[in-house]
Amino acid sequence: MAKKDTQPQTSSKKKTAFGIFLEELTRGSLLVPILAIVTGLLLGGLIVALTTEQVYTTWSESPLEAIGIGVNAALRSYGALFNGSIGNPERIIDALSSGEEAAIRRAFNPFLESLTKSVPYIFAGLAVALGFRAGLFNIGAEGQLFIGAITSVYVGFALTGLPAIIHLPLALGAGALGGALWGFIPGWLKAKTGGHEVINTIMMNYIAFRLSEYLLRGPLQRPGSTNPISPFIEASAQLPRFFDSPIRFHLGFFIALAAAYGVYWLLFKTRIGFELRTVGANPKAARYAGMNIVWVTVLAMSLSGALAGMAGANEVLGLNYNLAPAFSSGYGFDSIALALIGKSHPLGVVLAALLFGTLRNGALQMQIAANVPVDIISVMQALILAFIAAPAIIRTIYRLRTPEDDDDQLHVRGWGG
Amino acid sequence: MSSQSTTIPTVASYGTARRRTTMGIVFLALAGVIWYFFSRTTQAGMITTFTLNPGGSQANFPDLVFGTLPILNVLASVCALIGAFQLVRGFGKRTNAVLGLVAALFIFAFLSWVASGASLNLAGLLRATLIRAIPITLGALSGILCERAGVVNIAIEGMMLTSAMLAAIFGSLYGLWVGLFSGVIAGGLLALVHAILSIKYKTDQIVSGTVINIFSIGITSFISAKYLASSRHLNNPGIFSDIQIPGLVDIPFIGPIAFSHNIFFFGMVILLALLHFGLFFTRWGLRLRSVGEHPKAADTLGINVFRTRYMAVILGGMMAGFGGAYFTLGSVGRFDEVMTAGRGFIGLAAMIFGNWNPFGAFGAGLLFGFADMLAARLAILGVRVPSEFLLMAPYVATMIILAGVVGRGQMPAADGQPYEKEGH
Repeated sequence: MAKKDTQPQTSSKKKTAFGIFLEELTRGSLLVPILAIVTGLLLGGLIVALTTEQVYTTWSESPLEAIGIGVNAALRSYGALFNGSIGNPERIIDALSSGEEAAIRRAFNPFLESLTKSVPYIFAGLAVALGFRAGLFNIGAEGQLFIGAITSVYVGFALTGLPAIIHLPLALGAGALGGALWGFIPGWLKAKTGGHEVINTIMMNYIAFRLSEYLLRGPLQRPGSTNPISPFIEASAQLPRFFDSPIRFHLGFFIALAAAYGVYWLLFKTRIGFELRTVGANPKAARYAGMNIVWVTVLAMSLSGALAGMAGANEVLGLNYNLAPAFSSGYGFDSIALALIGKSHPLGVVLAALLFGTLRNGALQMQIAANVPVDIISVMQALILAFIAAPAIIRTIYRLRTPEDDDDQLHVRGWGG
Repeated sequence: MSSQSTTIPTVASYGTARRRTTMGIVFLALAGVIWYFFSRTTQAGMITTFTLNPGGSQANFPDLVFGTLPILNVLASVCALIGAFQLVRGFGKRTNAVLGLVAALFIFAFLSWVASGASLNLAGLLRATLIRAIPITLGALSGILCERAGVVNIAIEGMMLTSAMLAAIFGSLYGLWVGLFSGVIAGGLLALVHAILSIKYKTDQIVSGTVINIFSIGITSFISAKYLASSRHLNNPGIFSDIQIPGLVDIPFIGPIAFSHNIFFFGMVILLALLHFGLFFTRWGLRLRSVGEHPKAADTLGINVFRTRYMAVILGGMMAGFGGAYFTLGSVGRFDEVMTAGRGFIGLAAMIFGNWNPFGAFGAGLLFGFADMLAARLAILGVRVPSEFLLMAPYVATMIILAGVVGRGQMPAADGQPYEKEGH
């Protein structure tokens, strides 16, 4: 149904970013990703209800009441999640009517914090999506993110006396370069020796973790500190924030959006992007067309690594201003879900990243207000990923028709390929 | 398909010629390292003492005492000779065994150098290596079983983590054996999810594995934070005590190292032997491997590809579950968040390193277990090498192996490819 509407738009020569995105989405079914997200959230609520003790104590007296308590618990949790991630509507109205500036800042902070939390998700999701487009499974975004954080923090504190206009781009560039190196190695190994990038990026992840542990206990350790933590970066390397405390919303968000547009432009408007997508869709055809598969593979993995590196750089330059172990909390792995939900399209990735950033931000409030550990978010993300990856499950649950051209499978081959 | 089959012979012949020289150079390089880094920095007259009784054993075996420098020189010479022979004539089929021997000599030289002028409990180190190898080997065996049937399993880490937690909870409530049983079942259930996603729904197997890994980290941390932190009685299962094999445990030196362990070690040895025998000497194994190599041919011969894959993945998951239960019931007696700390992925590396063979994987497990053990003790031994670099070694080694520098591994041909029955 939606397909017909977009047909004229896609056949015309001028394709807007949104047009291409719509086309990509409707090729499968727009419903599947949305239903996958809804189902994941519902199941998350079910887990919350099932882990509420009161449900079991009242069950023997009145099962109906027990179910009510469970539903209530789930609703309360999601209410807290909403207030913590979008903002409490009452508070926003009160703050606006009072006209007090500090109150307005506090009221809008949850929403802006959600945007801030989605920055690493946007970058890491773009990294994985770019790899998918070239037929490469970059499961090493997590490691690339660590390396990017390390290199940008190093440039951030080691160079002193530079103006921000030079220092900040240098630090960001260092992050991208570090991540690119960590992506280049498996890309080169894949192109030259056929060593599968999935295994190699997993290995590179752990090498990155160990390397960062070593650096934070050794060369990069803050002088005088016994904890494994880096020195603070110079003020000139910090990504500027737009509002006063407590709002942490920073320039990184707009850099992330620019990166998303850059990836879109590269993939769909340039010759390199065309080659990249061709290699991803059909390497044999690409070879017959005279494309250099080695070069495309190495380039795709390096760019993917650079994007993941930017995720790490934005976390340290925009939020933490230093590097401590375990600062990432799994962005690299969640980004696989983002790329799949967004169908490896930059706009889709950005939307999915906004959703995940919102969830993660709201989960903190949920933990405080409703005593639901933040880790429920990981469970929901895993469920959403499962439904996205196996759309047949969603189609079975909601009795959707299977589309004729069921071409939303990944173009990734097995170990041997 | 056709292009693949025509290129295989050329790659193989090219590989063996280059492989011989590479291996020879590797052996010579190791000899050089022993000489340059160990021998030259050792003063003449230094004495190395190896204690051959692990702590806590009653057996009294005399210490091994020798002059450090002569032994180092002998070891360097032997490695150099092996390298020279490899370059000139080559060991042919026995190259892998010789590689193991050289690795052992090198490790012995390293330990002799570390312990020069001091005393080192060699038996204790070896025993600790065996213990550290348990989860790595079990993870690798799980991977072998799945991948020999053509299903990639990167979810070993997640299966181990979930199983470790459930083993701790049920072990605390109903005793160790129930805990162990529920751990194994948990691994099997997650494997069933992996199997349904990747076999029935033909999901990309890496994605399906990632789903299970993210889910496992989430659900274990969730339950741990919600229940285990506040109720200690749910997280106090205790551990299985050591079993002494009568007779064998009295063998000097070897007895206390290899024949006094808890059930996880002996379980691993039994599974190792069973899997090797099952895969290579039974009809069951032949069928399983044929499904992993060429599912269409296997299907034509009347083998049920789907059923075989389901069985392999579920059994593999149960093995990973057994390995996961080790963390809580065989090691520390308590569940901690993300306590597996990448052991499942090292198991995956050991599987590749061991060339998808059970005993090869066990050898890799020993090597990686040794690195793991040594990293924990470097500070005590007074070695100025950052332990993080030792911990990186398994991953770097796996990447080198995968790149085909030391000989290309033979992965199952249909590994990771969903099977689609034709004409339905």
